[in-house]
Amino acid sequence: MNKKFLIPLGLFAALVVFLALGLTRDPREIPSPLVGKPAPEFRLPTLTSDKPFSPSDMKGKVWLFNVWATWCVACREEHPLLVEFSKQSRIPVVGLSYKEVQAQDQPNGPLNDADKLQLARERSLRFLQRQGDPYMLSVLDLNGSVGIDYGVYGVPETYLIDRQGVIRYKRVGPLTPQILQDTLLPLIQTLEAS
Amino acid sequence: MKWMLLCWMLMAPWVRAADALPMAEDPQVEARLVVIAEELRCLVCQNESLASSNAELAEDLRREVRKLIRDNKSDTEIKTYLVERYGDFVLYRPQVKPLTWPLWFGPFFMLLLAIWGLWRYLRLRKNALAMQHASPTDSFDTAAHKD
Repeated sequence: MNKKFLIPLGLFAALVVFLALGLTRDPREIPSPLVGKPAPEFRLPTLTSDKPFSPSDMKGKVWLFNVWATWCVACREEHPLLVEFSKQSRIPVVGLSYKEVQAQDQPNGPLNDADKLQLARERSLRFLQRQGDPYMLSVLDLNGSVGIDYGVYGVPETYLIDRQGVIRYKRVGPLTPQILQDTLLPLIQTLEAS
Repeated sequence: MKWMLLCWMLMAPWVRAADALPMAEDPQVEARLVVIAEELRCLVCQNESLASSNAELAEDLRREVRKLIRDNKSDTEIKTYLVERYGDFVLYRPQVKPLTWPLWFGPFFMLLLAIWGLWRYLRLRKNALAMQHASPTDSFDTAAHKD
């Protein structure tokens, strides 16, 4: 019997498999070019102090860098998990408060930098007091320029940075218990061991 | 009252459009910005270009690109700046490199494959027809000729 009629069927099946695979992937997940590269340097004031913090202060430590804001709904979703993580894990979590003061907070024209800083601090600290504070400290990126250096495009984002200051992992979107268990914790263990 | 409401609703698009207008401080910078930003993807609203997007991140990135233009950076340098941070995904026109070869040359390869397939098919058919003419016993053609 001539099986030639099976060829288009086979091609169609292959197409369906490719399309099905495509549907399971999240278009928001874009591989970051920063993984494997040194974490970009910056100097920013923190929530509690004007003394600037810089990633090089963390040399020799494995640490998490978590981008968040009080206006970010997905961050609230993620927050309890981070609080839990910070209680159980030895590794420090540094927060990056990303553009805390938004356009809608400035209905009468842009605030000056000092007012912005104060508003961001007040609101963030109040939030952390109520919801728990997983952060060793949080730096304030008011105009989002450090965010650009880190390729931030959807808060929350989380970076795992090793002892040498190299980014080892990046997650866009809220962390989940599953990601924590399956990816992050094993990676932290290997990085700490090395 | 209804008419007023309708008027307002009809005006809404223009009100929004006014929001998105770039701050045209320096027309030359703006002109270059538009050319570059047309080629770049906004990451928040993935099917819009950086030039047309209203997203806040797009605004910030345009500000950054403006700064780079004022620093006299070349188009390639500006694109590299963004690719280093956001990956190849920001480019609407992917670079030609081994990873993107299938993307760039795949269609031409498929075309060649199709041409080869067609050529082969035609040759087989020609042979088959020639064979039929050579052996008239079991052919419809010759049956028709006999009538």
